[in-house]
Amino acid sequence: MGKTLFDKIWESHVITERDDGTALLFIDRHLVHDATAQAFDQLKAEGKKVRRPDLTFGMADHYIATHHEPDRDPVHDNMVTTLAENARDQNIMSFGAGDERQGIVHVAGPELGLTLPGTLLVCGDSHTSTHGALGALAFGIGASEVAHVLATQTLWQKRPRSMHIRIDGELGPYVTAKDLILTIIGTIGANGGAGHVIEYSGKVIDELSIESRLTLCNMSIEAGARAGMIAPDETTFAYLNGKPFAPQGELFERAVSAWRELKSDADAQHDKEVTIEARAIAPTVTWGNSPETALPITGHIPALEEIELNKREQYNATIEYMGLEPGEKLTTLIVDRVFIGSCTNSRLEDLREAAKIAKLGKAKVPTFVVPGSQQVRRQAEQEGLHEIFLQAGFEWREPGCSMCVAMNGDSVPAGARCASTSNRNFAGRQGPGSRTHLMSPAMAAAAAITGHLTDVRELEGTKC
Amino acid sequence: MLAFTEHRGLVLRLPWENIDTDQIIPARYLHRPRDAGYGDQLFHDLRFTPDGKLRVGFPLNDPTKAESSILVAGKNFGCGSSREHAVWALLDYGFRVAIAPDFGDIFFNNSLKNGLLAIRMDEQSIESLMQVEGDSTILSVDLPHQSITNRDGLSLSFEIDSYRKEALLKGESEVQMTFRLLDEIKEFEARHITENPWIETS
Ligand code: SF4
Repeated sequence: MGKTLFDKIWESHVITERDDGTALLFIDRHLVHDATAQAFDQLKAEGKKVRRPDLTFGMADHYIATHHEPDRDPVHDNMVTTLAENARDQNIMSFGAGDERQGIVHVAGPELGLTLPGTLLVCGDSHTSTHGALGALAFGIGASEVAHVLATQTLWQKRPRSMHIRIDGELGPYVTAKDLILTIIGTIGANGGAGHVIEYSGKVIDELSIESRLTLCNMSIEAGARAGMIAPDETTFAYLNGKPFAPQGELFERAVSAWRELKSDADAQHDKEVTIEARAIAPTVTWGNSPETALPITGHIPALEEIELNKREQYNATIEYMGLEPGEKLTTLIVDRVFIGSCTNSRLEDLREAAKIAKLGKAKVPTFVVPGSQQVRRQAEQEGLHEIFLQAGFEWREPGCSMCVAMNGDSVPAGARCASTSNRNFAGRQGPGSRTHLMSPAMAAAAAITGHLTDVRELEGTKC
Repeated sequence: MLAFTEHRGLVLRLPWENIDTDQIIPARYLHRPRDAGYGDQLFHDLRFTPDGKLRVGFPLNDPTKAESSILVAGKNFGCGSSREHAVWALLDYGFRVAIAPDFGDIFFNNSLKNGLLAIRMDEQSIESLMQVEGDSTILSVDLPHQSITNRDGLSLSFEIDSYRKEALLKGESEVQMTFRLLDEIKEFEARHITENPWIETS
């Protein structure tokens, strides 16, 4: 029987296996960020040094300031400095505050060419699944595992199962990778991918840009999956060509010929198969505190009767937390904030989409635009996107995780409703009491200029 | 890591699904050093209102449940962010066992590496644990025998990988254990990098 893409990468990294089937895997790339301080402490407690500093890269993102704030909590800057100190002590290349390569680890990693097809990449962050868009096997790990990888460049893992999601048809106007992945999570549930690595394929995927593929794989974890991945193709190779840390010249050619083998064999079997019809997908938003509460923007807040019996208690708590009326139309929800950013949707393509909509009006509520990396920021400024945002009354900020997780102090006030391009709508995620609705960059920009959730296809000026 | 053999304690039932690690410990507490402890921040925003009052109705706020050490939760417990602080907060509060139909994968790994015994159980067994009342809410969890019992005759068995079981029983760190395989690792590494030279960037 043939092998899946996942099988091929997994098997080429197994150093040894225990009798219970757990494998010791070699790690090709280890990315660490400024919220990994405790793992370095564990490493020291074990009395070890980083074994392969040359395969380890640091990135300041979670705690970094995205804007000059005189009264910023020094604790946040401390975390950024601690990463720099740990990196220096351990001889690791790290991209911190002021570095032109700095950015959110899942945005900057791929764009620097740190993420390569066929490699096994880990990072102490669940959205490491993002990097699978380039044909890598990439997943998030906990702090003890980070310490283990630092010390040994290996990791013990149980082999996950594989799931194949094929996406047929094509995406309609203003329907993006974000709407696609929200719909997938709404369909299979927040634990629908648990214990699995998802491989995405199909005509829609073939036609997606790398940036959109990164968005799609990013939220695989929100379906409970270990990782998401897409077989590398000509789009991938063209994207990687010339990236600073990608192989160059003749070595690149050699790598590409090896990478061409990285796809599931025609007779390979996945443990689970799901098919999604892309034509049926509308711009999608979430209403509750789990990404699985995804609905087409044309929908309404479900009423109690539409909820399974055993979920009603939790439903009531969600309705109260989110300040919703059962049955009300999604497009009537008034927003107080808009956040365009995060490792899901802060790449150049996302900002271009948001800017197209920003041109059509003026922000009615405070709106943050936070590019995913310094490189994205520079490119956006070269194209004048920041001017468009500023003219529309949006705030143009410095790269970082920012309001996605509110760890650097950028937060949504309690009770405020935020249209957000990030990946998690968990209670309190964007600040205590914050109410998050997830959506695409164009949809978030549309909410900014109308002041309520809006079907971007209905805006004056977007009709096609 | 904390070793685990047997534990007897009170059950806390949290029958909600998809309790994510942001709920277990909000991100704003993650910068604290490990030895500062995270017990007070456990389930912080579920336990307390924004002005610091106890939220009525949250199971852990029931005074008779304050000493709980065995958590029984709904589907997909610990999904979301990879923060190991979620496990540390549970341990620091006093929890030693977490039982659910399934867990977020990273949370599950994190738990067992820290001496929090995470147990996956079928929904029927979970249901029986959700139903126990009074004295029968005191459970004995026995790792060597892989059993959960109470004095009213409840008796459930659970699965755990033999290796993980061993590590928990000994409380041994995985790093030290892996170092015994260093020669094998180096041999693999040399071959792997020769075959895929682009892995080394400089
Ligand atoms: S942008 Fe948000 S989800 Fe992504 S790494 Fe940062 S905090 Fe995590």
